[in-house]
Amino acid sequence: MSAQFLQFLFSGITVGATYALAALGFTLIYNSSNVINFAQGEFIMLGGMLTVFFTGAGLPLPAAVALAIVVPAVVGMLVEKLAIEPAKGAEVVSLIIITIGASLVIRGVIQVWLGKGTFSFEPFSGNEPIHLGGATLLPQSLWVLGVTALIVVALWLFFSRSLAGKAILATSCNPVAAQLVGINTQWVLLVSFALSAAMGAVGGILLTPLTMTSYDVGIMLGLKGFVAAVVGGLGSGLGAVAGGLLVGIVEAMAAGYISSAYKDAVPFLLIFVILFFMPRGLFGARVTERV
Amino acid sequence: MKRQRGLLVLAVVLLLLPLVLPNAYYYDIAIRMAINAVVVLGLNLLIGFAGQISLGHAGFFGIGAYATAILTTQFGWHPLAAMAAGACGTAMLAALVAKPIFRLRGHYLAMATLGLGIIIAIVLKNEAAYTGGPDGMAVPALGLFGFELNGEKQWYWVFAANLLFSVWACTNLMDSPFGRALRALHGSEVASQVVGVDVARYKMAIFVFSAFFASIMGSLTAHYIGFVTPNVADFFHSIELVTMVVVGGMASVFGSVVGAVLLTALPQALATFEGWETVAFGSILMLFMIFLPRGLVPTLAAKFGRGD
Repeated sequence: MSAQFLQFLFSGITVGATYALAALGFTLIYNSSNVINFAQGEFIMLGGMLTVFFTGAGLPLPAAVALAIVVPAVVGMLVEKLAIEPAKGAEVVSLIIITIGASLVIRGVIQVWLGKGTFSFEPFSGNEPIHLGGATLLPQSLWVLGVTALIVVALWLFFSRSLAGKAILATSCNPVAAQLVGINTQWVLLVSFALSAAMGAVGGILLTPLTMTSYDVGIMLGLKGFVAAVVGGLGSGLGAVAGGLLVGIVEAMAAGYISSAYKDAVPFLLIFVILFFMPRGLFGARVTERV
Repeated sequence: MKRQRGLLVLAVVLLLLPLVLPNAYYYDIAIRMAINAVVVLGLNLLIGFAGQISLGHAGFFGIGAYATAILTTQFGWHPLAAMAAGACGTAMLAALVAKPIFRLRGHYLAMATLGLGIIIAIVLKNEAAYTGGPDGMAVPALGLFGFELNGEKQWYWVFAANLLFSVWACTNLMDSPFGRALRALHGSEVASQVVGVDVARYKMAIFVFSAFFASIMGSLTAHYIGFVTPNVADFFHSIELVTMVVVGGMASVFGSVVGAVLLTALPQALATFEGWETVAFGSILMLFMIFLPRGLVPTLAAKFGRGD
């Protein structure tokens, strides 16, 4: 039993790490602009698909990966500049529809440009599985976990130690006050969209050798990232990481022990259970609404 | 008086439309517009008037469609009984989840309703023994009193009458004490509670009501098309419905109709773009939301100085 359990745990943590990256992206944008960016999943898709395209065009892998991170970041900034900024002050539903519109545009362009096929590329360091307690772990999974851990640490340092990070935090607390002390809140919005897009893209790149990619993988991955962010409590960075891992593990366990057909339903059942007992997620802020 | 006038205009349009519809294809589009319009009316009561978002309404539509499909073909039920069972089942499900769901607000509520819709879609896709799985299943024609409905022309009148009735019902409902309570709740939950509105009960009532609407339309649509696939319940359909509400205009009865008509016609019009239709659809959604955030009908009504 334990070897099997370990096997499910490994695959759960690996996918969960990608959900965590997506959830961090949701959290970052939510904190700086109060927008739930339904296009987040498309950045994950962009990461994988662009790496496939650039390596196919003859670029060495590191260059392809770098481009596949930079391009989505630019796309993220464009979304912010062209779609979110002009709609300032719109209702929640309108903003949701705007980001969904953006995701349709991104997905549509990729579909026309790169086609509807399923793609993958070689894992970064071979296919030789590592044996661990009776279970096997692919080297690519270690890449996923290692890079995710690095990003989480880097983000934490960025927000706690750097002036730019603190400016973003200040803006998320109170945009007007932040503006009054000289923070360029416009810039903060741009940076958070670029960062979230880049993080999503990294997740997509790392996961592609394991799960393959196509123009439409962004929908489910994005929604699960959203589930992870909500499970953890919207707006909490720690919650996003915990939520991502939890969703990934629960999903893998359910797929292994219960039914793989219902794998995709599990995160959404989980959200019901958690929100029923904790309406603001695991680490959400306890707020009192002012009337 | 104003709302009678709107209703009259709609009735005249629906009556005269068959004179200009050249063939079955256009009848089909008109019918799809009417179907969407009725579902969107119900959803607009929830989103526009009561201010509660639902990103899972296609799920309820799907339950209605599949209740009809399964109960009539595999259990030999009468279509009306199947339709009623589907609608009651949907209403019960909505009532059951309403209590925990409406403790949530804003994005959390969006997440919960989205999850509900996705779970329904996945169940429909996976229970292949009953639902035929991703391939879908056939639905028999709707026969009533020895008379069988078939062909777009007959169905047109069914859905036109349905739409007219729904618009009439919604305008009246929103002018009733119930409707005023919903609008108060949208404005401020605490304030409406203070003046004696049982917030939880009203939210639940309108949620159940709009789910019921969606389920009935799902059943009728299943009979009309003669075939159902799990796509009717998927996330994208839910989003389409919400988009129709917002593009037409939140809290506007005629906005719902306009939104449904426009967004049903749009993909047909974009079909000539060959592959670019998703991009065009997405761009148009964004443009609408950026330049007409209040929706088409309320914006135009404000511009020409006439109340809606």
